[in-house]
Amino acid sequence: MTDAALVRMTGIVKDFTGVRALDGVDFTLRPGEIHAVMGENGAGKSTLIKVLTGVHGHDAGEILLDGEPVRFSSPKAAQAAGISTVYQEVNLTDNLSVAENLLAGREPRLGPFINFRAMRRRAKALLDDIGIDLNVAAPLSSYSIAMQQLVAIARAVDIEAKVLILDEPTSSLDRDEVEVLLGVMRRLAGNGTAMVFISHFLDQVYEISDRMTVLRNGRLVGEWATEDLPQNELIGHMLGREAAALEQIERAASQHQVEDEAPLVEATGLGRKGSIAPYDLQIRRGEVVGLAGLLGSGRTETARLIAGADRADSGTLKFEGKKVGGHNPRTAAARGIAFCPENRKTEGLVGDLTVAENMILAMQASRGWARSIPIARRDKLVAEFIEKLGIRPADPDMPVKNLSGGNQQKVLLARWMLIEPKLLILDEPTRGIDVGAKADIQRLVAELSAEGMSVLFVSAELDEVTRLSDRIAVLRDRELIAVLESEADMTSERIVDTIVAGGRES
Amino acid sequence: MSSYAKRLMWPVLILLALIVVNIIATGVDFIIPSVNDDGRLGGAFVNILRRSAPLLLIALGMTLVIATKGIDLSVGAVYAIGAAIACQLIIDAPDQTAAGLVFTAISLALVVTAVIGAWNGVMVAYFGIQPIVATLILMIAGRGIAQLVTGGQIPKVQDSSPFTELGRGAFLTIPIPIWIAALALTALALLTRKTALGMLLESVGGNPEASRLAGIRSKGITVLVYLVCGLCAGLAGLIGAANLGSADANNGGLWIELDAILAVVIGGTALVGGRFFLLGTAIGVAIIGTLEDTIINVGLSSQWQFTAKAVVVFVVALLQSPEFRAWILKPFKRKPETTAPAPVEEAAK
Repeated sequence: MTDAALVRMTGIVKDFTGVRALDGVDFTLRPGEIHAVMGENGAGKSTLIKVLTGVHGHDAGEILLDGEPVRFSSPKAAQAAGISTVYQEVNLTDNLSVAENLLAGREPRLGPFINFRAMRRRAKALLDDIGIDLNVAAPLSSYSIAMQQLVAIARAVDIEAKVLILDEPTSSLDRDEVEVLLGVMRRLAGNGTAMVFISHFLDQVYEISDRMTVLRNGRLVGEWATEDLPQNELIGHMLGREAAALEQIERAASQHQVEDEAPLVEATGLGRKGSIAPYDLQIRRGEVVGLAGLLGSGRTETARLIAGADRADSGTLKFEGKKVGGHNPRTAAARGIAFCPENRKTEGLVGDLTVAENMILAMQASRGWARSIPIARRDKLVAEFIEKLGIRPADPDMPVKNLSGGNQQKVLLARWMLIEPKLLILDEPTRGIDVGAKADIQRLVAELSAEGMSVLFVSAELDEVTRLSDRIAVLRDRELIAVLESEADMTSERIVDTIVAGGRES
Repeated sequence: MSSYAKRLMWPVLILLALIVVNIIATGVDFIIPSVNDDGRLGGAFVNILRRSAPLLLIALGMTLVIATKGIDLSVGAVYAIGAAIACQLIIDAPDQTAAGLVFTAISLALVVTAVIGAWNGVMVAYFGIQPIVATLILMIAGRGIAQLVTGGQIPKVQDSSPFTELGRGAFLTIPIPIWIAALALTALALLTRKTALGMLLESVGGNPEASRLAGIRSKGITVLVYLVCGLCAGLAGLIGAANLGSADANNGGLWIELDAILAVVIGGTALVGGRFFLLGTAIGVAIIGTLEDTIINVGLSSQWQFTAKAVVVFVVALLQSPEFRAWILKPFKRKPETTAPAPVEEAAK
């Protein structure tokens, strides 16, 4: 059994100019197993995968596939050998049909022409195989990200993949969709496909994986059967310290008295057609208000209206008791409303600009282009926030795109903390980042609110919302259905019950 | 080596290579400025710089526009409009040598071209028209406007008018066009790098949505950049017209937008927007200018000009491509070491 390894990587070393990303890592994958590769951001998970799939060459070590030494020069070569990858971001063509995406490059032909009928038939069969039902003639863009992800998997499976690598496939999926995906994975494992699963969601990892390989700082920590490695030990291995990072973060709620003054934010009937039904919401000073709900429930949309990122077409918004008119991101920032959007890369950061430039962007924007922030002041502020938030590498002149997700998120937070806002709106600030950074950010939210800043906190993780929030607004189907206030109500179970009950009423 | 120096390395090397080729073909006189009988600097290289001044002005404006993810195809037409307005005003006046008249003509031409640039910017920023389409309109219509200004004629300014000094004159022995181009380069470099304009521009070009959400006035900045580009094109037209002593609405600055885009790209500014390099653009302009002389100097007929330009673009594009560099450098890459260097320590601070 032990020698029936499908993939055996030994002593893999990979250097990037001056940085050793992998240092003598071993990794073994057996047929039909689901093997999770665990580690914080920067631990070397992605690099290991990229070496295996031919994106990067390795500088030392050996890869055996079915006992034969291999060295892939490109992802295509790896694919030809039966190693397929499904990435976090779907790598498909939006405006082509599902069938075209599934069979691109391998279309059934009639002479020089594509046989569309046969193509649709084969595509349908493929999707049936993994147990999902889609209209294969519809454009891919008409389906949710989750469905697109499944199409990507179906495509990978069809290329007779012996090894399927799933890199954060669930990070943008809601619960039901995750279940479908995990079901597909189980089915594939039953057929003998070996899978490498990378995910930040520990629950999913425990639910689906047979084995775990843990990496830290480019080195192998060890390999365990999943049932032999309790969650707290795993976190200990990943972080390199025994105490789990997600220690109890004191709920700020119990400590600071919420004063009985006019609320900082008062939304009355605020809404936007096709996006979020009119809602009422108040945020008091120093309060953390959580927005909970499933993906697509209108969490983000609710936050964006208050942030001024989208224009409301009904209702009124009052800030500090005054009616807000002509709301946009610039005027919002001037009032003291800061917004960290959900998608760091496309809406948050400017990848080519440096860490320092990204940090001072909002502050500079509020000063206008003619009044440059003096270099000495800028360097001091940037150094202070790099230190305060523990941004690594601590290099203000590095392009921000080279940082890991958690560090990027911290840069984005620093940008807004620099302007000392009264209301900080965080949309999924901990998505796709490692446990350590997640704990840092949660701690920061608690601290800021203790200092009197109000926070509107959006997260898909109910535990996180309940741990941090003073009150929780629950959303379902683009409607705000309840605001949970009492201590007893603010549990994950209660939120789920509210969502389910809200569905029955409508 | 800083990333900035890295970006500039290839263009500088190519410029040096071209200069070496010329020196081999025509002797060191190519690079060494001579002093003409009238006390002005001359010589082949000085002439190249003088001739390239209009292109440099336009390419500088284009660099800023491209940094915002835009492009301005109308600069050639704006060049013609600037030239036409100034020349027509001067020939319509009774005394073409009056300094006040020349000043008025120049000012009016610059104001009009700046307004035209701003118009482009408004269409891009406020009406959301794609830059290539928005500026195509004026690329086509602009020459028509220039023709209307000149009434279909080619206005010829008297050689005695001080206007011609803008193209032919010299100050402290250095030709006026070189002064203007150098001042424009310095002014724009200071404007973008000593204020926050450069960073905000790169932010808007690098990620428009993130910039909007960060509260940047991207519309205002975009209009400003197109305005500067129009102004630069107008100024280039004035220099060109002053040099010739006339304004040709049809052929003045013809295809100069393409040379300008070329210079920007050679200089290391990517067409997708974001980071921009004004100095790189200046080197790109010098490469294009030197290339034209090189073709003649190595004994090729002038018909080779376009082909040779294409070859240079090809080479520069290849050298700037990370894929190509990795491929070409592969055989020279050192083998991986067997001894493991210590993992990189985190910076002490």
